[in-house]
Amino acid sequence: MVKPTRVTNSLRALRFAHGQLTQAELATRLGVTRQTVIAIEQGRYSPSLEMAFQIAHVFGVPLEEVFQYPEESS
Amino acid sequence: MMSGFFYLEEVTHEEKNAWILGIAAVVSYAVYLVLVLGRAAGRPLAETPYVAALLWTVGASIVATIVLSILVAVVSKDGAKDQRDREIGRFGEYVGHSFVVIGAVAALLLALAEAPHFWIANTVYLAFTLSAILGSIARIFAYRRGFQPW
Repeated sequence: MVKPTRVTNSLRALRFAHGQLTQAELATRLGVTRQTVIAIEQGRYSPSLEMAFQIAHVFGVPLEEVFQYPEESS
Repeated sequence: MMSGFFYLEEVTHEEKNAWILGIAAVVSYAVYLVLVLGRAAGRPLAETPYVAALLWTVGASIVATIVLSILVAVVSKDGAKDQRDREIGRFGEYVGHSFVVIGAVAALLLALAEAPHFWIANTVYLAFTLSAILGSIARIFAYRRGFQPW
């Protein structure tokens, strides 16, 4: 259940690029707790696809600028 | 001490509830064991009076969990529950559920074997307690270490 996700995100950079949007402000706009935003940012929680799109809408960017899924280096 | 305050600040209401439920389950079961084993005093365990102790500790545990949860919500001015809380809550239920089933099967076997009521009741109580404790640990773990439901 705690296997690490390969999904990475640019939440922190996006927050700073959008006028220092705080975790609390982002949480309010998404309708989640601040702790959930922190968990997503730190890769401790993978949000649902719907919430992922909502995050992208807040920043006005495509989904892949928020979340990335690096190719497996084999 | 500071890190303790910091921790409380960084924890959702639901994670605090998981702590409260887990600790209430441990404490109430420990009190129950002390009461019953104290009364046993040499006679066979199955003949020890346990019904009142069981009902009181279960009742006190439920009341304490509800009261503490409300107090914590009032003090920390939160109580919101989001998608992650619901998913982690379900995960905790799922982990705890297996112990309820194990307890029910064990109680069924004891009943079929016509074991004393003492052992049947205590098997079920232990299973409920383990279910609450392990469900809470699973939830706290998911909050702290990470939770990837997909």
